[in-house]
Amino acid sequence: MSSISLAYLSNNLIYSALFVFTITFFLYAIETAWAVRGDDSASRQNVFDRSKTAKIARIATALMVLGFLLLLAAVIARGLSAHRVPWGNMYEFSITGALAFTGAYLAALQKYDLRWLGLPISIAVLLVLGTAITLLYRPSAPLVPALKSTWLVVHVSAAIISGGVFLLANSIAATYLILDRMESRGGRNAWAKRLPTLEVLDQLTYRLVAFVFPLWTFAVIAGAIWAESAWGRYWGWDPKETWAFITWVAYAAYLHARVTAGWKGKKAAWLCLFAGSTFLFNYVYVNVWGTGRHTYSGL
Amino acid sequence: MSDNRTELSGFGFFRYLWRQLTSMRTALILLLLLGIGAIPGSIFPQRTQNPMKVREYFINNPGIAEWMDRFKLFDVYGSPWFSAIYLLLFISLIGCVLPRSWEHFKAIGAKPPLTPKNLDRLEFYRVTNADKAEALNNAELWLKKHHFRIRHNPNSISAEKGYARESGNLLFHLSLIVVLIGIGMSSVFGARGEAIVNVGERFINTPTSYDNLSAGRFFKLEDMHSFSITLKDFKAEYDLATNAPIDYTLTASVSEDVEGPSVTRVVKVNRPLTFGSTRVYLQANGYSPLVTVTDKSGAIIFRGAVPFLPQDANLTSIGAIKIPDMNPQIGFIGSFIPTADRSASRGAFSSFPEALDPHLLISVFQGDIGMDNGVPQSVYRLDTSNMERIGLKELVIGESYSFNEVGTITFDGFTPWVNLQIVRDPGKGYALVGSVLAILGLLISLFTRRRRIWIKVGDVVEIAGLSKNNIEGLEKEIADLTTWLEER
Repeated sequence: MSSISLAYLSNNLIYSALFVFTITFFLYAIETAWAVRGDDSASRQNVFDRSKTAKIARIATALMVLGFLLLLAAVIARGLSAHRVPWGNMYEFSITGALAFTGAYLAALQKYDLRWLGLPISIAVLLVLGTAITLLYRPSAPLVPALKSTWLVVHVSAAIISGGVFLLANSIAATYLILDRMESRGGRNAWAKRLPTLEVLDQLTYRLVAFVFPLWTFAVIAGAIWAESAWGRYWGWDPKETWAFITWVAYAAYLHARVTAGWKGKKAAWLCLFAGSTFLFNYVYVNVWGTGRHTYSGL
Repeated sequence: MSDNRTELSGFGFFRYLWRQLTSMRTALILLLLLGIGAIPGSIFPQRTQNPMKVREYFINNPGIAEWMDRFKLFDVYGSPWFSAIYLLLFISLIGCVLPRSWEHFKAIGAKPPLTPKNLDRLEFYRVTNADKAEALNNAELWLKKHHFRIRHNPNSISAEKGYARESGNLLFHLSLIVVLIGIGMSSVFGARGEAIVNVGERFINTPTSYDNLSAGRFFKLEDMHSFSITLKDFKAEYDLATNAPIDYTLTASVSEDVEGPSVTRVVKVNRPLTFGSTRVYLQANGYSPLVTVTDKSGAIIFRGAVPFLPQDANLTSIGAIKIPDMNPQIGFIGSFIPTADRSASRGAFSSFPEALDPHLLISVFQGDIGMDNGVPQSVYRLDTSNMERIGLKELVIGESYSFNEVGTITFDGFTPWVNLQIVRDPGKGYALVGSVLAILGLLISLFTRRRRIWIKVGDVVEIAGLSKNNIEGLEKEIADLTTWLEER
């Protein structure tokens, strides 16, 4: 297949993925609404068939897997069309980021019951893909010389996967804070009742961060090694480097606070949210409005 | 009051400070401060990265910029306050990690703690009806198989696993110190500089060959590697649709010694030349127009390639040609356009970065160039304050222009130039080894779970465990151990 038809294929796959994620979103929304109603009418359990919501959740998850596969195919086609890994500009980072985020969620779903997160996750993926298509889209093009390196694959993949997991941890930390507020104001509402306990959420956030922190460290170091061979220095306080460092420091503080200083719950959740927002800031602000050497957005 | 003061004086006070500094709380605060302190450097322009932007900032924000400069907001990462944060953090780290390393070292081979009196207060407590006589032997078999450390007590066994967690943790923190040492070595023993070299010319690594060179405090001239590089060929490839560069290839003949034999090497953006701890990077490129200037008698006054500086992505470049040997002195301000195009609004401009249709626009000035008053000048700029314009012309290759019966300039052609960045960095190896060990330490410490299990035989067989941070898996381990005991 020629480059151009591959690029078209990639675009079509993105649209298909967007379509599938939209259906996923509606299904999760219905599931959440029904489950909430079901909890409200607990006395009339026999009227409301609980197995129905479970079925819808299963269908939604299956569709999310399909969306993930379509997105994966789209990213691969994009890469093939340009004869390189598809991480040359912000459109490509975004579609790969959405892929990593979905992948992180689906992988975590294997281990923990996170179906309640399906709705916010499908919304987030829709937003990312929507922005990518409308604002960030650039035609498939070759890489600038500085990006021509094996380190592109290593550094960027590590950074994107870390980002996906950071955002997942952030979603859970945010949920923690919302539920914590609800509980201190007199109890969970119908929607919140089916969510896990605060302790479980706190643990889960910690596990995700502890799991991905070494990968993020690796992403930063791989970036430094690459910078040494491309730009002549391994660390130059370029805005992107600075913010990657800030993210690293913030998550290191989170881990220390959680493990050594015994911070749990609210304080730890806030710290996690802060750390995650430095990552997002780095991605959005530095890529689009920043100066420095990491501005590959192509905007 | 006075008693308190005597207690805190001298050594006592120092010890108090040291305890405060090495406490976890202080380390956490310093860590967060380090992150927050790094922010201004990404918001305000920094001298080390972009001195031009800093100058612009001073012009646009007079008054406030001077105040900001007092707080080193344009040199954040070299500022005393930023250095203070990371030095305090590292002192705190060393003060925390070294004693812990010593403790951990002493604990090699240490036995797990004695069995507590009341096991039922611990985690995952359970009672099993396993054979009491064989329970301890069986438990030992299972625990050994799963690599627990074991302590035999009367009627009970204490077991512990996961010492590596602390080893990894310490390895991580000690490695960070190695990274810092590497960074320190880079800055005091290192040097970096740049030189613009025309294709066809030779670069010899001596201080005079550099356009600019900045060296660390302990850098010595003997440390300079004596290599030389002759630029044979430079190719830049551009995308026809977007004009973006695709590839730069520099072919050079390189010798380790100025006198020594040479080999041909290819340099690319991600493929620098390496001479020991010195590396040579291909950083930027541009065009040097080749011109010949003759006086009115036809004698050649100047002939050569003059590097011009690119101004945009399509490499429209400007520069100056100075002829101080003519009387009165002559200077040219030139604009090199690699692929000439013309529009009503922009006049002459370049539509592609490759030199497909090169034009040279020149303005001729006559008067005092200002080179004799001792003030250093930029070679790319002509100071026309004491000069008068006597001509203006657009030239294509081979074309000549006679100005005012004074002389003639001929546009002979062009040659590309490259900007070589030469970096000596003796500390980067330490930084790399430190980083790799740090990741290793992180992995060990974050994925090792430290936990204890006790088995006690009294009236019944009791089993319980203890873990830090509610780690997963201990419950299952205890369940497995129980099953094992019951099935024996």
